[in-house]
Amino acid sequence: MTISEIIFYLFSATIIFFSILTVTSRRILRAAVYLLFVLVSTAGLYFMLNYHFLAAVQLTLYAGGIVVLIIFSILLTSHISQKFEPVGIKKQIFSAIAMAAGAILSIMVILNYGFNSLITVADNPTMNTIGYGLLNYGKNGYALPFEVISILLLAAMFASIVIAKKDKKTN
Amino acid sequence: MDFSFTVWIPLLPLILFVFLGLTSGSIRPKISGYIGTAGMTITTLMSYFVAYQYFFNRPAGSETFEKIIAFNTVWLNLTEKLQINLGVLLDPISVMMLVVITTVSLMVHIYSIGYMNGEKGYSRFFSFLSLFSFSMLGLVVATNIFQMYICWELVGVSSYLLISFYYERPTAVAAGKKAFIVTRFADLGFLIGILLLSFVSGTFDFVSLTDPQGALITQGSSLTFMGLSVMTWALVLIFMGGAGKSAMFPLHIWLPDAMEGPTPVSALIHAATMVVAGVYLVARLFPLYVFAAPDALTIVGYVGGITSLFAAVIACTQNDIKRVLAFSTMSQIGYMMLALGVSGYGDHHGLGFMASMFHLFTHAMFKALLFLAAGAIIHAVHSNFMTEMGGLRKYLPITHITFLIACLTIAGIPPFSGFFSKDEILTAAWEHDKFLFFIEYAVAGLTAFYMFRLYFNVFWGKDRHYHHTPHESPLVMTGPLMFLAAASMFTGFIPFSSLVTSDSKPFESHIEWMIAIPSILIGVIGILVAMWFYKKENGISEKMAGGLKHLYKWSYNKFYMDEVYLFVTKKIIFNNISRPAAWFDRHVVDGTMNGIASVTNRTSSGIKGFQSGQLQKYGFVFVSGVIILVFTFIYIWFN
Amino acid sequence: MTAVIPLHYFLIVSTLMFFIGIYGFLTRKNLITILMSVELILNSVNINFVAFNRYLFPGELQGHFFTLFIIAVAAAEAAVAIAIIISVYRRFTNIDVERVDTMKH
Repeated sequence: MTISEIIFYLFSATIIFFSILTVTSRRILRAAVYLLFVLVSTAGLYFMLNYHFLAAVQLTLYAGGIVVLIIFSILLTSHISQKFEPVGIKKQIFSAIAMAAGAILSIMVILNYGFNSLITVADNPTMNTIGYGLLNYGKNGYALPFEVISILLLAAMFASIVIAKKDKKTN
Repeated sequence: MDFSFTVWIPLLPLILFVFLGLTSGSIRPKISGYIGTAGMTITTLMSYFVAYQYFFNRPAGSETFEKIIAFNTVWLNLTEKLQINLGVLLDPISVMMLVVITTVSLMVHIYSIGYMNGEKGYSRFFSFLSLFSFSMLGLVVATNIFQMYICWELVGVSSYLLISFYYERPTAVAAGKKAFIVTRFADLGFLIGILLLSFVSGTFDFVSLTDPQGALITQGSSLTFMGLSVMTWALVLIFMGGAGKSAMFPLHIWLPDAMEGPTPVSALIHAATMVVAGVYLVARLFPLYVFAAPDALTIVGYVGGITSLFAAVIACTQNDIKRVLAFSTMSQIGYMMLALGVSGYGDHHGLGFMASMFHLFTHAMFKALLFLAAGAIIHAVHSNFMTEMGGLRKYLPITHITFLIACLTIAGIPPFSGFFSKDEILTAAWEHDKFLFFIEYAVAGLTAFYMFRLYFNVFWGKDRHYHHTPHESPLVMTGPLMFLAAASMFTGFIPFSSLVTSDSKPFESHIEWMIAIPSILIGVIGILVAMWFYKKENGISEKMAGGLKHLYKWSYNKFYMDEVYLFVTKKIIFNNISRPAAWFDRHVVDGTMNGIASVTNRTSSGIKGFQSGQLQKYGFVFVSGVIILVFTFIYIWFN
Repeated sequence: MTAVIPLHYFLIVSTLMFFIGIYGFLTRKNLITILMSVELILNSVNINFVAFNRYLFPGELQGHFFTLFIIAVAAAEAAVAIAIIISVYRRFTNIDVERVDTMKH
């Protein structure tokens, strides 16, 4: 067993374990922290796949941004010590059965499909490549989605402000 | 002569009905009475004019009275051959009926102005009278059997409305319902008969139906059902409708109760006009009865004979004067039916037909007179019961005289009109069926007896204790009495045999004194017995009643026919048919509907949870569905 | 470095993560935890993209870029969702999905 395998198994185990904890924990702040672990481990997987930039983005945006945002909103809306009521056992069982079935189905499909993996080069795309790709409108260029995303971000920002703003009338 | 204006004879009362009905409450009741009477006067004058033109002004050289279609319009086009028309057919009997109906109706209108004075619903009364006149006139001038059926039902409706005129009295309401249901039941037979007849003949039209040379007469006899030809069945069923309307045994039970209506209504509808509709119906289809279904005609004759005897026996014991008159009406209509039953077709063989129509005519006059006079008596005494009357001849002189004339007429004493018509019937019966003939003799005696029992009880005997001294009615009421009394006295001299005959050809008839004299004697005996019993209160009648205890009791209770009906309907039909039907309806039919409803209800409340509005449930279903779909696809794909 | 780990290992991990996310989405009541489940789902997709890109099309960067965009979209989505959650909380003093079932008010 190579070191990379060990690392992979470690990350995978972390991801799955903490994912489960995220969706089952009855303390919301802990759930957020477990989510953070999952996201960091995912970034680890990206590192393993030699996408360093992506891993960094994952860490900063996801782990740094979104999780912090979530934690903020948790602090705004709940008590830290608050525990959720346990979920109805029927709901849990049915959902679990359905999801297990779905997972098994998907995994069966994946295992039955012979992927034609071509591991030739495992080079890390340089920042230059990524920058050109984002701003290029030719082949392998993503200027358009990039712009669309920027507009989306703007719209989302406005939307969040408008929605979260206190309504004068209701006060 | 153009008779097309005759369409206004039925239409004018219809217009009056609509007008009076719509304006009742907005114009003074008195005014609506005058309007109704004026309209009826015009109708009457038109009818008289038509009768004069038809009978006495016919085209030169024609021996027979032609059937004239004065007006005809297609109303419903069922098939190319079968269509329902509305129109006016003039022939001797319909013209004669026009005269009868309009005369009696006019008299009743005039009389009602006085009689109904101050009653609630005065204008409603007049509008209903107009409705009735319209329907009855439409009935007699019908060109086809379907128009007749329509008017027949309209007549039934107006009869119902007028019987229950005092709708605040439960008895009146019950009587109205009874009349409606019984006649409706009979009309079911009529309708089936019409359907059978039109099925066999392919036409509704009277002219082609009753053409004695036509092919239809022989057509129906080829098809048979249970040993009788279809034509016989059709005609017997049609007669069932006629029997219901004319209160023939055993469908008579509604007529005595119908006396709950105002007395002028009894005079118009339940004595003179509507109840003879059955006779008219048979007379209208007479050639069919004679040629295609002589068996049916025999049934007609025997039903008439039995009814006349049956009703006469009951009439002898009743105490309510209107009921006595009601049973007398039944008895007299039985006479007419019997006369039709013993008649043949063509000149002297058609004596019975002529006699029946003649009797219908005279009976309308004297029976309307009797009822109107009874109304005057009731008006004066405020009671219907002859036990509460007596010695009224001093107080009501005009009513007394006219009533006496009517009694003599119905008893068949010459020279009053009843004698002539009854004699013709007796002659026809003698020539045809001896059994019916002797029944009629018996009935003649009974008729004289019960009428004079009524007469002596009311006008002679001791004075009773009255609330106030009875006084004679105003002229508006006595006028019609006098007119009808005159009619009863003199209409007997109308030469009916040269006017209204079975084949529309005049023939000679003369009084058979060998038959007439015994009949007069029987009448006189009846009168004398009644006089002996009732002129002075001497207890003989009570002794007689005691001697014939059982017969008296049976007769007094109308032979328990009402009870039989109640037993049959309540005990047998309600218990064995209606209850299970109601149970079936309530539990199976309704149960099915309720079951559908409750299953829907339960299902929807069961699946209500699906529509919880909760995203997670939707999500669960969605994801599970996708998984199942994918699984299914993959399963199919790899197999 | 990655040669020894087959592609489907990554896919299995992401599949498990995906279904765990859906499980959380279906069972949790708190809006924020639902949001976290959604993040898990997005993340599992990201892993797929990245793994496919690396193993099947190593010369190109489509998967890489789409992961990048998805992260951006996820960030925007999280911002809007949290704005909504706070707004809801202000109205109902509660962010339990089962109790927030009226659209009016």
